[in-house]
Amino acid sequence: MLDIADLSVSYGAIRAVRGISFTLRAGELVSLLGANGAGKSSTIKCIAGALKASGGSITLEGKAITSASPEQVVRAGLATVPETRDVFPDLTVAENLMLGAYIHRRDPAGNRENLEKLNALFPRLAERSSQPAGTLSGGEQQMLVIARALMSRPRILLLDEPSLGLAPSIVERIFEMIETLKKSGLTILLVEQNVNQALAVADRAFVMRLGAIVASGTAEEIRSTSDLSAHYLGG
Amino acid sequence: MAFAIQFVIDVLSLGGAYALMALGLVIIYGILRLVNFAYGELIMVAGYTMFLASGSGLPWIVMAVLAVGMAIVFGILTDYVAFRPVRAKSVTAVLITSFAFSNLLQNAALLFISPRPRNVPLPDIFSQTVSIGGAITPVRNLITIAASILLLAGVAFLMRRTTLGIAMRAAATNFTMARMLGVPANLIISSAFALSGFLAGVVGILWIGRIGTVVPGVGLEPLLVAFIATVIGGMRSLPGAVVGGFLLALIDTTLNYTLSQDLLKFRDAFTFSLVILILLWRPEGLIRGPASGQRT
Repeated sequence: MLDIADLSVSYGAIRAVRGISFTLRAGELVSLLGANGAGKSSTIKCIAGALKASGGSITLEGKAITSASPEQVVRAGLATVPETRDVFPDLTVAENLMLGAYIHRRDPAGNRENLEKLNALFPRLAERSSQPAGTLSGGEQQMLVIARALMSRPRILLLDEPSLGLAPSIVERIFEMIETLKKSGLTILLVEQNVNQALAVADRAFVMRLGAIVASGTAEEIRSTSDLSAHYLGG
Repeated sequence: MAFAIQFVIDVLSLGGAYALMALGLVIIYGILRLVNFAYGELIMVAGYTMFLASGSGLPWIVMAVLAVGMAIVFGILTDYVAFRPVRAKSVTAVLITSFAFSNLLQNAALLFISPRPRNVPLPDIFSQTVSIGGAITPVRNLITIAASILLLAGVAFLMRRTTLGIAMRAAATNFTMARMLGVPANLIISSAFALSGFLAGVVGILWIGRIGTVVPGVGLEPLLVAFIATVIGGMRSLPGAVVGGFLLALIDTTLNYTLSQDLLKFRDAFTFSLVILILLWRPEGLIRGPASGQRT
């Protein structure tokens, strides 16, 4: 469904991603693991169109989206939840969600239907719909960013560190929700530092280190790889 | 009583014009984090359009609509000429291109029209006065107040109730994230320039209505006023621009009423001293803008 081939990303002279290749199959949840600075977020940002690739290609269902702008990427059916948890703090929860459906703004009936489904999945957000998003707790903001991404009715969801800086109980709920989304048939690329939880929900996983993929396989295979912690600790 | 009414009308009419000027500047700043130095020339364009149309025999209101239309066109043109080609480059590059475009327009007016003041057609109502509770005031002040209320309400509606407005507010906070939701960057930026041009056009007619003539440098004072008002109010906040505009008008009008004839020459010095005091007290302006912000 999504093919990444020989992808490189550079910041000036620094090569953050060095020619990585992987494939995301429809309905599958793939985890991208690795320590800080391994190049995971750069990979996600590049797929999302927020960073330019310095080499390689990104193909979505046979269509090249390597140099697509962020707005073209979301129109192609790929929604991104960035690690920075970017809610629009001055906009209400409802306005944030409405913007999530920007590309479907000519289909209000479809948006209402989608919103009802999301309200069932995120009851807290429904309660707070007229509140400015900046007043939500960290966990609620994360829920909002995910719900907002889903308002674009994506076929692929890119989740960058959804558990970052959240309390364990909330992390658990986020992962439950990721399971639910996976069961609904959504294809998900999950970047995580929280290895155990990421592997628990993943079908397959890749481990990145210094901009390259150093291990890949099913979640089971990755878990049993003895040097996983070495990759993580950068040792 | 008459004095109080006079004072209030003066503050509101001057403040309304200042607020609209500031709003036009802050709409661009909010999204691009850049001051559009060619903003004053949009007011000039509106003025010269009125002058050039004056011989056509068109009804005044048609000329006014034409003038606002030209200000919008030049607003969008500013984006295409001064901003879009260098948007990905450094802030300095964009500052220089916006100065260059401002100079280009001013010099074009000098060269092709005249360095001397040109009369702008104004309807009779602009020079009439009316008595309210004993206070004699020009009708154009009341027109300015009415136009400001309508436009401020219109902008508030646009920014709060329409998808385009909400997308513009979102883009002002986090442009990249807005784009990642499918909001097209160019549409948002061009809309901001069009809205800025629209406000400049209306302000231009009201402002030039006070003087009755247009010169190539007519936009300098409005640009300065708008800039100071946005600095006082908070560079990134739309309500801040409005508050800043009215506050600046309050300061100016109070000084006009209270300073003796000898000191009135130094009014700007008093105004700026107060502005400095306000900024020492609230360095980020009276109203803080959106929490985060970034350029494209």
